[in-house]
Amino acid sequence: MLRIGIDVGGTNTDAVVMDGERVKAGVKVPTTGDVMSGVVEALRSVLKASGVEPAAVDVVMIGTTHFTNAVVERRNLAPTAAVRLALPATACLPPMVDWPDDLKQAIGNHVYMAKGGNEFDGRPISELDEEELKRIARDIAGKGIRSVAVTSVFSPVSAEVEKRAAAVLSAELPDAHMTLSSDIGRLGLLERENAAIMNACLRDLSRHVVQAFRDAIAEAGIKGRFYLTQNDGTLMEDSFAERFPVLTFASGPTNSMRGAAFLSGLTEAIVVDIGGTTADLGSLKKGFPRQASMVVKVGGVRTNFRMPDVFSMGLGGGSRVVGSGKDIRIGPASVGYRITEEALIFGGSTLTASDIAVAAGKADFGDRSKVAHLAPDLVEAAQRKILEMLDDAIDHARISPEPVPVIVVGGGSILVGDAIGDVPVVKPDHFAVANAVGAAIAQISGEVERVYSLSDISREEALEDARKKAQDAAVAAGASAKSIEIVDMEDVPLAYLPGNATRVRVKAVGELNVG
Amino acid sequence: MSGEKGYVLKEADLLPLSLGAAVLGTGGGGNPYVGRLRAREIMRKGASVRILPLDALPDDAWIGRVGGIGAPVIGIEKISQGEECLRALRAIEEVTGVRMAALIAAEIGGANAMAPIITAGQAGLPVLDGDGMGRAFPEVQMETFSIYGETSLLSALADAKGNVVVFKELADPLTQERFLRSMTVNMGAGAGAAGAPLPMEFVRRTAVPNTVTQAIEIGAAILDARAKRRNVIERVVEKTGGALFFTGKIVDVRRELKGGFTRGHALLEGMDEWNGCEGRIAIQNENLVLWVDGEPKVMVPDLIMNLELETGEPITTEMLRFGQRVAIIGMPAHPLIRSERALQVVGPKAFGYPELSYTPMEYQPAAE
Repeated sequence: MLRIGIDVGGTNTDAVVMDGERVKAGVKVPTTGDVMSGVVEALRSVLKASGVEPAAVDVVMIGTTHFTNAVVERRNLAPTAAVRLALPATACLPPMVDWPDDLKQAIGNHVYMAKGGNEFDGRPISELDEEELKRIARDIAGKGIRSVAVTSVFSPVSAEVEKRAAAVLSAELPDAHMTLSSDIGRLGLLERENAAIMNACLRDLSRHVVQAFRDAIAEAGIKGRFYLTQNDGTLMEDSFAERFPVLTFASGPTNSMRGAAFLSGLTEAIVVDIGGTTADLGSLKKGFPRQASMVVKVGGVRTNFRMPDVFSMGLGGGSRVVGSGKDIRIGPASVGYRITEEALIFGGSTLTASDIAVAAGKADFGDRSKVAHLAPDLVEAAQRKILEMLDDAIDHARISPEPVPVIVVGGGSILVGDAIGDVPVVKPDHFAVANAVGAAIAQISGEVERVYSLSDISREEALEDARKKAQDAAVAAGASAKSIEIVDMEDVPLAYLPGNATRVRVKAVGELNVG
Repeated sequence: MSGEKGYVLKEADLLPLSLGAAVLGTGGGGNPYVGRLRAREIMRKGASVRILPLDALPDDAWIGRVGGIGAPVIGIEKISQGEECLRALRAIEEVTGVRMAALIAAEIGGANAMAPIITAGQAGLPVLDGDGMGRAFPEVQMETFSIYGETSLLSALADAKGNVVVFKELADPLTQERFLRSMTVNMGAGAGAAGAPLPMEFVRRTAVPNTVTQAIEIGAAILDARAKRRNVIERVVEKTGGALFFTGKIVDVRRELKGGFTRGHALLEGMDEWNGCEGRIAIQNENLVLWVDGEPKVMVPDLIMNLELETGEPITTEMLRFGQRVAIIGMPAHPLIRSERALQVVGPKAFGYPELSYTPMEYQPAAE
């Protein structure tokens, strides 16, 4: 199978061509404002480097930070209506109650609360009121809003209420996108609703971006299928990604960690991904990134996605170097993508971490003569500081006292030599494009979360039922049935409730079925 | 009538209060996030809540108790309508003909620290600086008020839909517990509860004092240490007057369900001073017993506080995960919850550890 993995970052777009398990070629090109021309360029140049015919490519996988950045930077977000079905429950905390004001303003703060929702056992909190929903729809139409997020209490257990409400709203709002919270998140009303609203406000952008990717692939002459990668390192089809852009959040760190595991052959390690502005550190456990156990905020908004537990520090190839001797400081300020104009080695006037690496002879790019004047003391002090910062960060990322290897990937890896402190460093081949490799090797998943009452069936039967449903979901999403493994299974008894209710969550993953 | 005593709670106190309440929750009591947001919204709409010391009100003043009842996972999904506790409180006032002068938390640990503040804000009442547990416990008869002979079991429950149920007579505290639980399930497994009015004279003798202020101070110490990048765990030890009993990594979490309650164990591999040691915490809804190398070191009712090593973030038993690095701090229980009488209800035997008889934690109190 011939696959292309692409990672569209804020600074660079990376691409690799893989033939089965082998990386045939990897390239790095600047990300462009219109996204598409950067991807076209990456595709063109990686196809050329690998000598592969476009028509021979089976599948293209793209990881993108586009949607995360849109939320973080509050740009290209559509006005969105948040409709919650729960009254009289939940009235005290309306949708978006804990959002940063600027983000709330960016999407208009259009909040509607209506009757509906379920109790934990499926009984209605109150019956849906179609007339009420029609009134809401007319108000939404009057404001010219075309993105709607629908959230109902206990929808991860039963999505029926959200579906019925969306049907009523859609009948009145034929041009609007509907995002149902049950399609996105887990239990935890505010966090799931937040994710649904963020998804809704990204739908216009996602149609544009996914189409741009589609066009770029077509323009390169590739006929194969096209997927985007999710926050958990698995794939979604282009049409699905268009509907659920929020699921791409945090896919970047996941891809680089999965790519690092694949390229190094290590399954237990700490991964340091050094980019232009930051270094992201995380731990690999059985080849997968360790998940954060606490709530993760995106753009200041709480979500309850499964996200890799990543520790970020302001150190990258473009980090500014100021001061000298003991008072030397590296980052967090960075020249970012302007490195090719501002760094000394490129004829600029700003001293950056990359200049230090070149002056020290650790890397050879740009114009080395432009850093020949740097005092050896300064170069020495800056290098020592960089290693100290990384050593400290690695200690934070450790999840056990056992010495695990450190894998260094990303374009900023040139800052590091063979060791950090007394920890040996592994720099696998193609380290600079590990995130694109991570995208290329992503798998297909299926997930299910349900509350079972164990007064009717045994715990084993409940787990088996959930396992089966997760496997079916993975196959439906395109996984090959025989490759499916259960990677995550959790059952949490619902405390304080007689009747032994238990919440079961199962996730199955498998290899992409190419046929 | 409350004069100049106490202090008015500020919006800026809510984050430290919720954090400190979670620490005192010893793994249980639910997540205070939703409660904190609710209190914040009420304050932003103009409510003002004064925290009063236990000596502020006359002996014959009546004190009300309110709190949420139900499974924590319900509380984060089916968020309250908002006035459940207020309706339950009004129902109690109606059947007794008494007007409350102030409210007190039944339980400072976890989400229920916020309940009296929210209801007091709605009712225009002050909140007493104290509570009925000094921590979190899973059952209503574990309140000091119940332990020290409150005779009336009068209770009221209210749900989001406007249903209000008053339990006028109940045979004993266990019956009260069972009746309230089963009605709560009918109400969707989450409801607002209010208890019988208590005379101030009784509350003064039986409430664990100063726990609202203590929670705010613990939370403020954590936030301050984080901001100044100081050792968070040391600051918590200082503030609680407790001691550090273990640091390590969670290597396994086992849970099972018995009679509607989660029971289980978390196993830990020691780090730093405890390198090579093995820790084990018995968990029900709260952390109940800590063993180090097989020897019980801290046991209920003393407080076993499980904090994330670097951030000092309290970890509830539901959030325990493999690989977390934690510090386990023991804090001596207030004398009111470790008396002979209290131990019958909240000692290790009462939680299903017949082989353990309560031994107060051994420690060097942090220097004053």
